[in-house]
Amino acid sequence: MILGRAFEDMCAQMYYRGKMFGFVHLYNGQEAVSTGFIKLLKQQDSVVSTYRDHVHALSKGVPARAVMSELFGKTTGCCRGQGGSMHMFSREHNLLGGFAFIGEGIPVATGAAFTSKYKREVLKEADCDHVTLAFFGDGTCNNGQFFECLNMAALWKLPIVFVVENNLWAIGMSHLRATSDPQIYKKGPAFGMPGIHVDGMDVLKVREVAKDAIGRARRGEGPTLVECETYRFRGHSLADPDELRDPAEKAHYAARDPITALKKYLIENSLASEADLKAIDKKIDEVVEDAVEFADESPVPSQSQLLENVFADPKGFGIGPDGRYRCEDPKFTEGTAHV
Amino acid sequence: MLGIVRQKMLEQSLKKIRPAVSVLRSYSSAAKQMTVREALNSALDEEMSADSKVFLMGEEVGEYQGAYKITKGLLDKYGPERVLDTPITEAGFTGIAVGAAYYGVKPVVEFMTFNFSMQAIDHIINSAAKTNYMSSGRISVPIVFRGPNGAAAGVGAQHSQCYAAWYASCPGLKVLAPYSSEDARGLLKAGIRDPDPVVFLENELLYGESFPVSDEVLDSSFCLPIGKAKIERKGKDVTIAAYSKMVGYALKAAETLEKDGIDAEVINLRSIRPLDRSTINASVRKTNRLVTVEEAFPQHGVGAEICASIVEESFAYLDAPVERIAGADVPMPYAANLERMAVPQVIYHFSLFSYNYQYIYTHICIYMHANTHNFIHL
Repeated sequence: MILGRAFEDMCAQMYYRGKMFGFVHLYNGQEAVSTGFIKLLKQQDSVVSTYRDHVHALSKGVPARAVMSELFGKTTGCCRGQGGSMHMFSREHNLLGGFAFIGEGIPVATGAAFTSKYKREVLKEADCDHVTLAFFGDGTCNNGQFFECLNMAALWKLPIVFVVENNLWAIGMSHLRATSDPQIYKKGPAFGMPGIHVDGMDVLKVREVAKDAIGRARRGEGPTLVECETYRFRGHSLADPDELRDPAEKAHYAARDPITALKKYLIENSLASEADLKAIDKKIDEVVEDAVEFADESPVPSQSQLLENVFADPKGFGIGPDGRYRCEDPKFTEGTAHV
Repeated sequence: MLGIVRQKMLEQSLKKIRPAVSVLRSYSSAAKQMTVREALNSALDEEMSADSKVFLMGEEVGEYQGAYKITKGLLDKYGPERVLDTPITEAGFTGIAVGAAYYGVKPVVEFMTFNFSMQAIDHIINSAAKTNYMSSGRISVPIVFRGPNGAAAGVGAQHSQCYAAWYASCPGLKVLAPYSSEDARGLLKAGIRDPDPVVFLENELLYGESFPVSDEVLDSSFCLPIGKAKIERKGKDVTIAAYSKMVGYALKAAETLEKDGIDAEVINLRSIRPLDRSTINASVRKTNRLVTVEEAFPQHGVGAEICASIVEESFAYLDAPVERIAGADVPMPYAANLERMAVPQVIYHFSLFSYNYQYIYTHICIYMHANTHNFIHL
């Protein structure tokens, strides 16, 4: 959580210094949700997020250096500078993005969960039990794709957890102004899955709920809808003047900062001392500084990178690696299918 | 509106005919006849049996045996885990298929018609086409989106649009448009094995048409190269470039032109993206004239792209401007006579003396020799 907070604050600084550009959406205040859920996952489990994905990437294990370089648009970033703030992908950490359109990640996450079931049942990889987490916001819960996926996930009992980060605001549109029934967790039972509401500013409560939901999915009992009531301390993005939100509301949630709350809990229950926590803070600051330095010093992508990676196989299947048509090779037309 | 070319002939009658079976000239030992439907079905069957990662997803693909019976028998053979009947949620199930493809399985998504793909186009373009680029090669999307495209018979404006130009304008997609059974088999198999997103545009009216197929085509490893056009008929006077059903029309028109001493070369594009510019350019450099034929709306269409390609690369070789024949620039009307007028048709000829008649045909699929050029613009 501290890494997430420090990282995002540094992002803001870098943006105002001109090192980062475009759309940058910061996660300050919502760290409990990311940490509470993602830290319970294995490496093969996957996470699908929205444009507010820096901290999801960090929680899933993508190195801070890679994320910072990606934000600077350098070639050492996790997507070599081609994705940017909103499109973080990582094959080894199974972070499947980073989607700009809200609601776009939900079907993709449902598909990743579908693959887990497919691999188990059809491809007979018996121990494949990977779970997928789909993170999205309150605004997305009014989008058609969300409902389509709740239906199909429950219908096919897919190992997925739909995590709603309800921070009450979609840019400047209050959740209460946009939604007929603002209690999102109630939409789960309508599709035949449990809907749980949890205080998203308390990382330990989130973790309890997450354990249950992920366990359910891993055992094959189907999807869960978890609504985490949380808050973003900054505006929607760094370009958002954030004028519509009431300062009293902001103050109310600032008092419930998840990091401060956890620190207090640790100290009160003698699980850590002040000095330990300060040491953690210092270490994280060093990590973030190092990430910035690394990103600064990294090279920008070379010109040839512009046209790379449009296709995995630009020649298309019918043309073999030697450039000749596969269908002209007499050995090629020896049947491989058992029909 | 596009120019209409009218041919002056000495014979009298004016006939409109529907396209009949066209003969493939390259395989002289035509062994078996196969419909496009059987070709697609056998291609899916073979690919699913060869690779258990391939699965089908779409509306009515399972128990209904496919809305157009393309997936007939596959549910019984491969079971409900691999042939999935989905609810009517294009955006949802297309996204699910894309997410599954991120993880390495190979979905084949059927759209009942490509008009419905507009509900899912966000996933086709943003989640599928752009992902290999956005993730810098780390996540590839081996998915195929297939279904009937273009006009059918009397289905009205919302079921008749051709999407070749829309999808072909997006980098990251491979767009294929088969014509014959050989094309259907070869291109679908290549598309399924291809590690990139493929949009496979079939044509409903071609499903029932039979074409001769050789033994090579029937082999279960048969694939056609993606990005290569086929010269269906060699000629030297004019090049006619078409895709999908219009190839049949072009071949029919070529036969008619032959009687008038015009030797037309017909190119079956097969692949709209990547477009086989070198074949088209080489052909135009030989014949010096080009007609492009498509059923889609004219503006920003495939014909426009081919014309631009020729102008960029073979301008000096053109003896006459490129003629672009496309569907009428209107949503497809329902009335049968209007519908016929809204798509290209093969019309034989007018009498020399009907020159003054005010025929409001939108498009005529016969090109003519420079000496007797005659344009009517609407």
